[in-house]
Amino acid sequence: MSATGRRRSQWAVINILVIAYALFPVWWIIALSFKDPSTLTDGNFIPTEWTWENYRGIFQTSEFTRALINSIGIALISTVIAVVLGTMAAYAVARLRFPGKSLLIGMSLLIAMFPPISLVSPLFNIERIIGIFDTWTGLIIPYMTFSLPLAIYTLSAFFREIPWDLEKAAKVDGATPAQAFRLVIAPLAAPGVFTTAILVFIFCWNDFLFAISLTSTSAARTVPAAIAFFTGSSQFAQPTGSIAAAAVVITIPIIVFVLLFQRRIVAGLTSGAVKG
Amino acid sequence: MAEIVLEGITKRYPDGAVAVKDVNLRVEDGEFVILVGPSGCGKSTTLNMIAGLEDITEGTLLIDGQIVNDRTPRDRDIAMVFQSYALYPHMSVRDNMGFALRLAKVDKATIREKVEEAARILDLTDHLERKPANLSGGQRQRVAMGRAIVRNPKAFLMDEPLSNLDAKLRVQMRTQISRLQQRLGSTTVYVTHDQTEAMTLGDRVVVMRGGVVQQIGTPQHLYDQPENLFVAGFIGSPAMNFLHASVQDDRLHTSVGDFDLGDRLRRALERHDAPRDLIVGLRPEAFEDAALVDPARAGSGTAFNVDIDVVESLGSDVYAYFTEDEWQPTATSELAELAADSGTTDTGAGGHQIVTRLAAATRVREGSRAQLWVDTTKMHIFDPATGANLTLAEEPGPREG
Repeated sequence: MSATGRRRSQWAVINILVIAYALFPVWWIIALSFKDPSTLTDGNFIPTEWTWENYRGIFQTSEFTRALINSIGIALISTVIAVVLGTMAAYAVARLRFPGKSLLIGMSLLIAMFPPISLVSPLFNIERIIGIFDTWTGLIIPYMTFSLPLAIYTLSAFFREIPWDLEKAAKVDGATPAQAFRLVIAPLAAPGVFTTAILVFIFCWNDFLFAISLTSTSAARTVPAAIAFFTGSSQFAQPTGSIAAAAVVITIPIIVFVLLFQRRIVAGLTSGAVKG
Repeated sequence: MAEIVLEGITKRYPDGAVAVKDVNLRVEDGEFVILVGPSGCGKSTTLNMIAGLEDITEGTLLIDGQIVNDRTPRDRDIAMVFQSYALYPHMSVRDNMGFALRLAKVDKATIREKVEEAARILDLTDHLERKPANLSGGQRQRVAMGRAIVRNPKAFLMDEPLSNLDAKLRVQMRTQISRLQQRLGSTTVYVTHDQTEAMTLGDRVVVMRGGVVQQIGTPQHLYDQPENLFVAGFIGSPAMNFLHASVQDDRLHTSVGDFDLGDRLRRALERHDAPRDLIVGLRPEAFEDAALVDPARAGSGTAFNVDIDVVESLGSDVYAYFTEDEWQPTATSELAELAADSGTTDTGAGGHQIVTRLAAATRVREGSRAQLWVDTTKMHIFDPATGANLTLAEEPGPREG
């Protein structure tokens, strides 16, 4: 009894240390966001005077709200398209034999390996010429390019886990290929689809490089880029408090997104489909 | 229920490999036919072609008198039980069993009724709301069976449905499948690599090797009248013993002794213009402890002396093993494949073991010399070049097509 008690307390200590290590920066930014500009640099981890001033400030102008709408719209659209296309491509990669399959996988891996910074200038020029610079489309396309390989890789791993016999069984049971996919394969692949969706969403949501390079106005500027344009109340004031508040605000959708789909992600994949 | 007819069914893959070659088979209405053979013999491919899960390269497949070569599985009205059971893990047992009916747009009350009736037959009533993950292996197997029977299809196809069960459960389920098939009177094609399952379950057995049908017949017919070395060695447990032999002066020389040919064998060899070097096949029960042979039967066989290695007493019988050194298992491709299939090449045991089944009263002891007797009327003689059985009854069993 005492042995298990000691082990439990050991684990508790280790857990607390890890959680504290991970959450400390988060707490710091939250604390900063609630600090009054005058106490901003007082070095306290806990605000001496709590204020909503920073939050009120960022929502006062349309600059931040507009960026928030851009971020949500662009990230959601990119995620939906990448997951839908990725699901179809991954299914083909996992299930079918077709000429050029390894080439396709190789190419998508190649794209994922490209350093994005090397593509920024060409993309900037291309987008200006074809007229999608500083538009939602202009950001959605590069986001999809980089998130599709990720989606295909994650999803094809999930599809490979689903026994092929299930699909055969569905066919023999009288399902059309579309019904077999919709009623048998898709429900089983759901955890994979949600995992991929979250990864893609986070990637698009947090991107700074493309957002700052391929936008020039608030028409398509997303939050990470907009934060960079924050100014203090005067020329000499640092916008630290506003940046901290904006950082807290843009973290919330991600947390909501993950909490929402977490149950689907951890749901058992195919336990019990076959022997065992 | 319906009959299934395979006419010249061939499966050739795009890379040129032939998996199944010219299979001709008529499965009568209500018949239980087993496809058996070692792995890679094309039996599962044949079953998948009947199901419509693989394309037929050549030949015609008829179900219930209609050519179904180009029909999708859903239009063939057949049910299949998979080796892995392939239960849908996200559906309850009830939904698993009713899935086909749901797709066929049967109304809910009828689905409910049919599923519950099948559950009653298979003793699954208490488990209808559970998910496959929470069932034991045997229960999952029964759900897979239930999914097939609720549909009342034209035929059942079963792909090694018992091979994932432990040995004891397998024997129980074997009897249950047999009973179920009789009760439903369903046309069934059953694939297995286990010759015991084939012998005990089937009305007729189709032995396949390398994509080619070796012999079709009732289990007893295959056992008594194997047409070639492969069938002889594959059917029966323990397997038939093989010895090299040569004919000289009307006598058959083998490493365990010389045998009189007798009229039956001599005529058979003359009829086939047999070569001098032959392979002799003897089932374990063709042997007996020489001391226990009924004097009236003694004349139909020959006695010989051997050193017994191992004695296994089963109570009802005794298996006595001795080793014979002249054997070359790779002499023919059939025997090489049989040896590989039975795993004797992996055990690393030196020499060629001969298994004999003796009466329980035998006094044969391990490590001692004993006199055994062999019934030469039960001897099969094979041509090593072709593998053909030269000693088949003059009227060969009906070669069903």
